Amino acid sequence: MFKIIHAEFLAPGIKRFVIEAPRIARKQKPGQFVILRIYEEGERIPVTIENSDPERSTISIVVQAAGKTTHLLNSLETGDAILDVVGPLGKPSEIRKYGTVVVVGGGVGTAMAYPTAAALKQAGNRVLSIVGARNQELVILEKEMRAVSDAVMITTDDGSYADKGFVTDKLRQLIENGTRIDLVIAVGPIVMMKAVAEMTRKENIHTVVSLNPIMIDGTGMCGGCRVLIDGKSEFACVDGPEFDAHKVDFSVLVQRNTMYRDAEQRSLAEYRHSKSAEAGKCAVTAPQGAQA
Amino acid sequence: MSPTATKSKNPVSPKDRMKIPRQLMPEQPAEERAHNFEEVNLGYSAELAQQEAKRCLECAKPTCTDNCPVGIDVKKFVELIVAGDFLGAAAKIREANVLPAITGRVCPQEDQCEGKCLLSKKVKPLGIGYLERFVADYEQKMGIHVVPNVAPTGKRVAVVGSGPSGLTVAGDLIQKGHKVRVFEALHEIGGVLVYGIPEFRLPKQIVREQIDYMREMGVEFETDVVVGRTVTIDELLEEEGYDAVFIGTGAGLPQFLNIAGEHLNGVYSANEFLTRINLMKAYKFPVYDEPMLDLKGRDVAVIGGGNTALDAIRSALRLGARKAYVIYRRSDAEMPARAEEVHHARQEGIDFQMLTAPIEFLSDGKGWLTAARCVRMELGEPDASGRRRPVPIQGSEFDLPLSVAVIAIGTSANPIVQSTTPGLVTNRKGYIQASEETQRTTRKGVFAGGDIVTGSATVILAMGAGRRAANSIHEYLTTGAW
Ligand SMILES: Cc1cc2nc3c(=O)[nH]c(=O)nc-3n(C[C@H](O)[C@H](O)[C@H](O)COP(=O)(O)OP(=O)(O)OC[C@H]3O[C@@H](n4cnc5c(N)ncnc54)[C@H](O)[C@@H]3O)c2cc1C
Ligand SMILES: Cc1cc2nc3c(=O)[nH]c(=O)nc-3n(C[C@H](O)[C@H](O)[C@H](O)COP(=O)(O)OP(=O)(O)OC[C@H]3O[C@@H](n4cnc5c(N)ncnc54)[C@H](O)[C@@H]3O)c2cc1C
Ligand code: SF4
Ligand code: SF4
Ligand code: FES
Repeated sequence: MFKIIHAEFLAPGIKRFVIEAPRIARKQKPGQFVILRIYEEGERIPVTIENSDPERSTISIVVQAAGKTTHLLNSLETGDAILDVVGPLGKPSEIRKYGTVVVVGGGVGTAMAYPTAAALKQAGNRVLSIVGARNQELVILEKEMRAVSDAVMITTDDGSYADKGFVTDKLRQLIENGTRIDLVIAVGPIVMMKAVAEMTRKENIHTVVSLNPIMIDGTGMCGGCRVLIDGKSEFACVDGPEFDAHKVDFSVLVQRNTMYRDAEQRSLAEYRHSKSAEAGKCAVTAPQGAQA
Repeated sequence: MSPTATKSKNPVSPKDRMKIPRQLMPEQPAEERAHNFEEVNLGYSAELAQQEAKRCLECAKPTCTDNCPVGIDVKKFVELIVAGDFLGAAAKIREANVLPAITGRVCPQEDQCEGKCLLSKKVKPLGIGYLERFVADYEQKMGIHVVPNVAPTGKRVAVVGSGPSGLTVAGDLIQKGHKVRVFEALHEIGGVLVYGIPEFRLPKQIVREQIDYMREMGVEFETDVVVGRTVTIDELLEEEGYDAVFIGTGAGLPQFLNIAGEHLNGVYSANEFLTRINLMKAYKFPVYDEPMLDLKGRDVAVIGGGNTALDAIRSALRLGARKAYVIYRRSDAEMPARAEEVHHARQEGIDFQMLTAPIEFLSDGKGWLTAARCVRMELGEPDASGRRRPVPIQGSEFDLPLSVAVIAIGTSANPIVQSTTPGLVTNRKGYIQASEETQRTTRKGVFAGGDIVTGSATVILAMGAGRRAANSIHEYLTTGAW
């Protein structure tokens, strides 16, 4: 059992958890993730480690409600516990002095990119961050990103906060302004990572993306997380999750992530149904913000 | 008259023993079991077990024992069954094998003990596996647990991986008074016994009971620890104060065919397919959350001819597959699976496409598998393994319509521990180098055994390695000599 020391919503549907996990806290490096299972009948899902505190023996994660498991997770509160948390998994981000690094975070990807941005800053890089979200409410970790970046640019799809547009608009501006960029790191929805990759490919800017295929064990055992890199199969849980964006076959990733759509929709519908039945019966309000 | 016959407790004369037919294992009818995950074999009754045991010729030189990788005294335990002392028989087996309920079910007996049973020269061999299973289950039912009372040595051993090799090391060392803690990457203890071999062949309850017994004896288990990532071997030795480490991490990495279409939705590795079913209980979706493609009324094929392949395809059948094929590139004679499983699979209606290999997976244009393009093979000259090499027959290509294909063509070494443990020497294929007698690795205080040393093998070979490792760990801990 892994105890939740603290839980709070950062935005509607996006929740941060501080979890007691002494072994993981001691070993975590930016770019690594955990796999967790909430309860006995639960599935195993991967979540990036946003931060760790070896002294307090804790790690933190930021979770966006997508389907049943993440909705259920986001209904947990301070004092609850998670049955299994294993990690840190995956190769850490390659941290060294590149020069100028642009860190692009889309949606909850901002939380996943944050530890890498912080480490890159620490390593002496000039860090320019681009944070994108659908609307103002969903902009997360702005303060944290500012603290580790030389500049932060924010976009919202609907223009409700900062500049209206997409993260790629900001990246294009940087490129057009003649900013020297030594590395781009993009973490977020697949469409966003793909758009970034296409833009930087033309400019020959080395770009790294963090891939999010469906995983089970996270140790290289099942092969379910295989992604197509430069025409070859690689296992994202052990060979990644970060890969050279210009070698990734994004269409295979998109396709494989739809494999269980029917089952996922059924799970979520049944979960919502049971939640609303419960809420109706005991007149308890659903966890605030826990909607997709 | 042979000297054994005079002392024998067996009332049947040696001559008449050959006349008793091998007692059939009661089993679920094929048409029923093809739709459920309950165990196929139901087990001998005491009467059947004693009747079978009476067939043993009590050989002066028991070749059965010579051919058991852990040297179980078959003659003796069988004699105890004849005498009705089932617990005594269980105790006899336990001297050499701590997991008899498991080996009795999954050992490839036809290649081992039973393969060299003297009876098999004239009639069917003694049902050694069935008898082993019978006494182990009997002991379990009686609920007799002897928890040994040994003086603690104050030494601590870390075991990495909870498959049969690791469990054997833990069980043996705790009985020698050492403290033992087992670290397992997954959330369940048991290795392939829980995530690979399905319920209908090895009920998980049996594995759980063995593990509970070890807990009673004082073995500690810590799940969710990937050694090499969560903690390293060096940290276990230097910071956590372990005096020795055993590595039993298995051969867990799935191999793929590297043919076109392997990324299509509907193409699984056997490990993923079986893990979803066994470990994650996807067959109980939506009670369990892990999803699985719906196989009802779909056509499914497995590629390969080993135990893994048969476990996968028989699981698919139980999940409602309409057609269930085994695609194997060699012939019957070369199939590495246990004979009993092949027999059971045939009874259940699995369609064996022998001397056939897929060359491409075809899609519907939207990323979903629709068929495997296959080619027929013929057997040519023997290859390095001594088996005749399959050669494609020109122009024999055909398309086999499929919704799901499961690739079960073998595994390779999981590199996580090796790559994070300086000084641990591996062989060309990435398996850990360890002495065949002592299971010592090239690192002082570090031992290894099971599939991570030999490549994919068997449960009993992994246990044999565990037994040898436990003995040499004990020696190392008591003498300090390396
Ligand atoms: C390395 C890695 C790091 C991640 N880090 C984060 C993070 O920090 N915060 C966060 O909110 N999300 C993260 N994710 C995504 C997260 O794992 C999925 O959102 C989650 O698994 C969805 O589960 P669900 O049951 O709620 O949704 P479902 O309804 O099951 O699925 C919704 C979508 O999530 C994906 N998904 C489903 N099951 C899995 C699975 N077992 N493994 C991976 N993806 C799956 C599929 O694309 C699916 O279409 C990460 C994924 C990976 C691979
Ligand atoms: C589907 C299938 C069917 C089989 N059927 C039979 C059969 O009928 N008869 C037979 O004799 N053999 C059979 N085998 C083979 C047999 O199961 C193996 O040879 C045997 O389990 C090997 O035991 P092991 O102890 O070496 O490792 P495994 O059983 O592979 O266990 C290794 C354990 O170590 C864990 N681990 C791996 N890396 C780490 C790490 N870094 N840190 C912590 N833990 C780690 C794994 O999660 C796993 O639990 C079958 C195998 C499969 C896959
Ligand atoms: S352990 Fe396996 S090989 Fe040895 S006697 Fe038992 S069934 Fe036969
Ligand atoms: S070889 Fe066969 S007949 Fe002889 S002792 Fe062994 S089991 Fe009995
Ligand atoms: S998640 Fe199973 S191999 Fe990567």
